[in-house]
Amino acid sequence: MSLAQTDKYYLPQPSLWPIIGSVALLLMAVGGVMTMREIDNGGWVLLAGVAILFFMMFGWFGEVIRDSEAGHYNKQVDSSFRWSMSWFIFSEVMFFAAFFGALFYTRVLSVPWLADADTGSLLWKGFQATWPTAGPGLQDSVQFTPMGAWGIPAINTLLLLTSGVTVTWAHWGLKKGNRTQLILGLLLTVALGVTFLGLQVYEYHHAYTEMGLTLGAGVYGATFFMLTGFHGFHVLVGTTMLIVMLLRSIAGHFTAEHHFAFEAVSWYWHFVDVVWVLLFILVYWMI
Amino acid sequence: MSDAAHAHDDHGHHAHPTGIMRWLTTTNHKDIGTLYLWFALIMLFAAGSMALLIRAELFQPGLQVTNPDFFNQLTTMHGLIMIFGVIMPAFSGFANWQVPLMLGAPDMAFPRMNNWAFWVLPVAGLLLMSSFLLPGGAVAGGWTMYPPLFIQGGISYDLTILAVHIMGLSSIMGSINIITTILNMRAPGLTLMKMPLFCWTWLITAYLLIATMPVLAGAVTMLLTDRNFGTHFFNAAGGGDPVMFQHIFWFFAHPEVYILILPAFGIVSQVIPTFARKPLFGYASMVYATASIAILSFIVWAHHMFTVGMPVAAQLFFMFSTMLIAVPTGVKVFNWVATMWKGSLSFETPMLFAIAFVCLFTIGGFSGLVLAIAPVDIQLHDTYYVVAHFHYVLVSGALFSIFAGIYYWMPKWTGHMYDETLGKWHFWLSVIGMNIVFFPMHFLGLAGMPRRIPDYALQFTEFNQIATVGAFIFGFSQLIFLVVVLKAIKGGAKAGDRVWEGAEGLEWTVPSPAPYHTFETAPVVK
Amino acid sequence: MKSMWQSGMGVLALIGSGSALADYAYNLQAPASQVAHDVFQLHNLIMLVCLGIFVVVFGAMFYSLIKHRKSAGHQAAHFHENTTVEVIWTVIPFVILMGMAYPAAKVVIDMKDTSNPDLTIKITGYQWKWGYDYLNDDIRFYSTLATPREQIEGKAAKGEHYLLEVDEPMVVPVGKRVRLLITANDVLHAWWVPALGAKQDAIPGFIRDSWFKADKIGTYRGQCVELCGKDHGFMPIVVEVVSEADYQAWVAKKKGAAQAAAADNAKAFAVADLVTRGEKVYQANCAACHQANGMGLPGTFPAINGSKVATGPIADHIQVVLNGRPGTAMAAFGGQLSDADIAAVVTYQRNAWDNKMGDLAQPADIAAARGGATEAAAPAAQ
Ligand code: HEA
Ligand code: HEA
Ligand code: HEC
Ligand code: CUA
Ligand SMILES: [Cu+2]
Repeated sequence: MSLAQTDKYYLPQPSLWPIIGSVALLLMAVGGVMTMREIDNGGWVLLAGVAILFFMMFGWFGEVIRDSEAGHYNKQVDSSFRWSMSWFIFSEVMFFAAFFGALFYTRVLSVPWLADADTGSLLWKGFQATWPTAGPGLQDSVQFTPMGAWGIPAINTLLLLTSGVTVTWAHWGLKKGNRTQLILGLLLTVALGVTFLGLQVYEYHHAYTEMGLTLGAGVYGATFFMLTGFHGFHVLVGTTMLIVMLLRSIAGHFTAEHHFAFEAVSWYWHFVDVVWVLLFILVYWMI
Repeated sequence: MSDAAHAHDDHGHHAHPTGIMRWLTTTNHKDIGTLYLWFALIMLFAAGSMALLIRAELFQPGLQVTNPDFFNQLTTMHGLIMIFGVIMPAFSGFANWQVPLMLGAPDMAFPRMNNWAFWVLPVAGLLLMSSFLLPGGAVAGGWTMYPPLFIQGGISYDLTILAVHIMGLSSIMGSINIITTILNMRAPGLTLMKMPLFCWTWLITAYLLIATMPVLAGAVTMLLTDRNFGTHFFNAAGGGDPVMFQHIFWFFAHPEVYILILPAFGIVSQVIPTFARKPLFGYASMVYATASIAILSFIVWAHHMFTVGMPVAAQLFFMFSTMLIAVPTGVKVFNWVATMWKGSLSFETPMLFAIAFVCLFTIGGFSGLVLAIAPVDIQLHDTYYVVAHFHYVLVSGALFSIFAGIYYWMPKWTGHMYDETLGKWHFWLSVIGMNIVFFPMHFLGLAGMPRRIPDYALQFTEFNQIATVGAFIFGFSQLIFLVVVLKAIKGGAKAGDRVWEGAEGLEWTVPSPAPYHTFETAPVVK
Repeated sequence: MKSMWQSGMGVLALIGSGSALADYAYNLQAPASQVAHDVFQLHNLIMLVCLGIFVVVFGAMFYSLIKHRKSAGHQAAHFHENTTVEVIWTVIPFVILMGMAYPAAKVVIDMKDTSNPDLTIKITGYQWKWGYDYLNDDIRFYSTLATPREQIEGKAAKGEHYLLEVDEPMVVPVGKRVRLLITANDVLHAWWVPALGAKQDAIPGFIRDSWFKADKIGTYRGQCVELCGKDHGFMPIVVEVVSEADYQAWVAKKKGAAQAAAADNAKAFAVADLVTRGEKVYQANCAACHQANGMGLPGTFPAINGSKVATGPIADHIQVVLNGRPGTAMAAFGGQLSDADIAAVVTYQRNAWDNKMGDLAQPADIAAARGGATEAAAPAAQ
């Protein structure tokens, strides 16, 4: 593993990966729409798109890793990575903000308005503004039990908070050059992430089959599943990235000084963690 | 535009793919800038042709050219493509070409991601445009995509939503790249407060993009699930609210209109000092004004929604905050005028477009201010007054700045001077045509003509006829522009390194056309 | 502050009178209510201020363009900042804006005050017509575009009020505070009559209010101003402002008509009668989408001619019309049309064009299909 620091900013060769990625997106979009519109073979097109996307990610990230291992990335490139990862996470924050905004708006504004003054008395007689709700037009047909905070969600909070600690512990190990601590820390973090996902799947299954709580259960169901669903997806992505970090650590890629990939993943993981804490408080607890 | 530049690849770097593969795989900021600019130009003609169809239909009362549904498709696609397919890509093209040159950087921070940010755009364009051919036609719900109308439509609505996601992806990747390049790759000695203003405006624009594009993605995702997965975000029966979409959408789309104008401010701030032969007046206050506009832009969004029936307090708040934006924008206008003041002015085509920009953008700003006054907006909302307002800021604002920028930097990109006579023709026909199309629309709006209608009452006839005539003058003058660009690529007077007498900055220290690789060793700025 | 504002308006009225500001071809429509009047004045004030700033700023710029030309031999100066002027031209616009904000805020507060109405009307936007519901008098009716298709398609000369005429205008007494409760049934619409200064989006599932008090007797015309699909351009609004006596007479006439319509629901009709009546209902309510020839618009609106529903079991057909198809443009007409009208339109669809079903639906069948749900809110559409 050579880390010859060059003074030149590394400029990669022309690359086929991006255009492959574009083809993947095209197929995914077309396939996705075909599936939603129930056109034959949409699923296959979508699958082909996803497969190409994975192929592209393997190829592209593989190239980045090789560039990194070849010592192309000097201090300045490293600092570029830091800036870009921070702002990428910021963009993710804003994505979640849209859904938290929707939750706030419906809870604080639209649901009360629906039961209020003229709207309540002329259009939705007898509707009570409570939370959670399936909404004035659905409350008679859609019966559901809201998801309480003190079962699986509380356990999941503990899991994720612990995983934040284990990933930091792994990072300490890396900085001290203690590989056992690094690998053990990562292993624990991955295990916690996977357990979290397993419990989340169980919770969803329970919600759909026994609690009547579905995407269609009014704004409560919609905000619940969109927020927790996108969060769950981020946990999945984060766990996958952690697994890659684990494999790279086992392959001996990182040094105490040069390991931004690891740090980026741990930033991401902490972000996912913070979102969960917000979710736990606003979606599960304060109902 | 940089075919010629490629010939100058005398560094003998690596074996580069040639032909189409060069463009598909390129990681060079100049190639990518060129791709963005061509994409924008093609889209300008596509969306402009739709505008001409719209104007043809509105030439007289009655239905002649289109039917109501097709008309709505034209309006919607015209708006979507002009914004996401013309102005934004064109500005990204400028950023790609100019930011590294201005900063003395060898390329953008992430050249491969830079390629992807461009190459997802044609995918989005394809998804949007192909829907014209599908059963039910293209989207017809307005570029603002308001539910529940947007929930009703057919397959093209889903395609549009995914196209918006992809365009957002492109913008976010592009912005991260630009921010990183500006913060991390400036030549030694080039402090932030010495950087050309164009870089500043793009830096701030990139922040706006990163902060708002994900919000748009969230909004259209909710549309998608309302359409296909049974959620009730925008349906009162389920406890949702159609107006909620408008809040989320405008939280994105108001900053978006500044995304469409801040880089324009940047371009004009480069052009005016050059032809005034005098440094930009009030550089620091320009930077602060740009930042203030960007910050304010997050707290004014509901001025697009004065008629939804907000509480009084909200109406007052959004009215006051919107009016405040006139202050920093005024500072910019005054600074441009002060830059010209006691300069040594000459009037080449870029300067003409820049002067027209300052004057006509201000007209658009003033009509914006009229709309900011809530009671007046309640009268004028969704009328042609609004259409007049935003075309003044978008056509004589954003689009004119793009013309100014192209004329200004084209010699650097192609190595040839453009045809000044044709450039002047393009300019004069454009300013005159533009005002003939859009000025009468103020009167139409005041008199009560709603927007997005294919047919209108008889009292609106005269002004509509004038507007249509103007639209055809304006539209066909753009063919001159095409000729100028093609001629400059093919040949023309050789351009020197420092193309313009008054030009300052690192980009003018490299040869024209700019070699394929520039600033491989960073210049030192004192 | 107040007196300053008033004297400002005085000056304005002076400049305004007789100049282009009062020429309604270049300005807002002649106001017919206090709010519209206030808005008119406010707009003039702001336009004048902007005009003044424009003249000063661009006067300076054009002066410079002429005097400081290189071709005239002007040498460039070197100054590039001056904190004093920069502060001045930040503060002055700010002060000007405060001067505008004050009168504007007063009008906002006035516009939003919908208390103490003399009359309350609920207005509902539909694709593509308006429904009016006089809450005090129990009058309900729909108002649709009255301009014939031939005029739109250029096959007949266009009338004076082309596209701004309706079959049933909204009628209100002069000088009374009318409170409007505005909502929509399907998508967003917006109710606007420029001269009365009232505009309010119609939001499905929510009621938002607005008000006006008309100063003068007359006919005031407006349009839907929120994109609502294909026929957004074809859903005008006409408000007849009449004297109190005329208003009372109109109310009495309307009530009589409503009773007659209610009686129809109890009758049994012959096929031919239903088809004739159904054709009218169809033209008024369905033809916008399914087209007069029943062929629809492929890909957007299905054809009724030959449709499986219109040639299948009649019970399903009635269900579609009564309850609509949620999530599509096909609205539930159960709340809009009376039993007799639904019976008529269903019978018409089953017997028109190539649909030769020969069967019929009676008002009683519709009442049965409603299963005891609320009776149609509406009288005859024609
Ligand atoms: C480039 C794009 C751009 C820009 C820069 C602006 C700038 C502004 N816009 Fe505009 N706007 C749009 C694009 C843009 N807008 C679009 C696309 C829409 C319609 C969207 C749709 O519905 O489809 C719209 C709609 C729109 C509305 C909603 C209208 C409606 O639908 O009812 C409003 C209302 O407040 C508004 C206000 C403003 C204001 C106050 C500014 C200000 O930033 C202007 C500030 C500038 C000046 C004021 C001039 C210079 C200043 C001076 C010389 C100083 C001295 C001046 C004074 C003291 C008065 N805009
Ligand atoms: C940057 C943005 C931008 C630009 C540049 C333009 C440019 C133009 N727009 Fe734009 N417009 C919008 C953004 C823009 N518009 C938006 C956002 C909307 C709102 C959409 C909505 O309501 O949802 C709108 C709506 C809109 C309307 C209102 C439609 C309605 O409400 O029903 C009208 C009507 O006149 C119009 C006209 C024009 C015209 C005449 C031009 C001209 O400047 C165009 C000039 C023409 C060309 C540049 C093309 C030249 C083509 C040829 C010469 C033919 C040759 C052809 C080939 C070679 C293929 N526009
Ligand atoms: C705003 C547009 C619109 C109007 C007005 C409208 N419809 Fe429809 N109608 C539709 C659409 C869209 C569908 C298809 C719904 C779907 O996709 O299932 C439809 C479907 C139908 C069908 C079922 C046809 C089939 O083959 O599936 C019938 C019957 C029908 N409408 C009757 C009527 C009647 C009767 C009226 C008037 C009283 C009317 N419609 C008014 C839009 C409209
Ligand atoms: Cu109803 Cu537009
Ligand atoms: Cu805005």
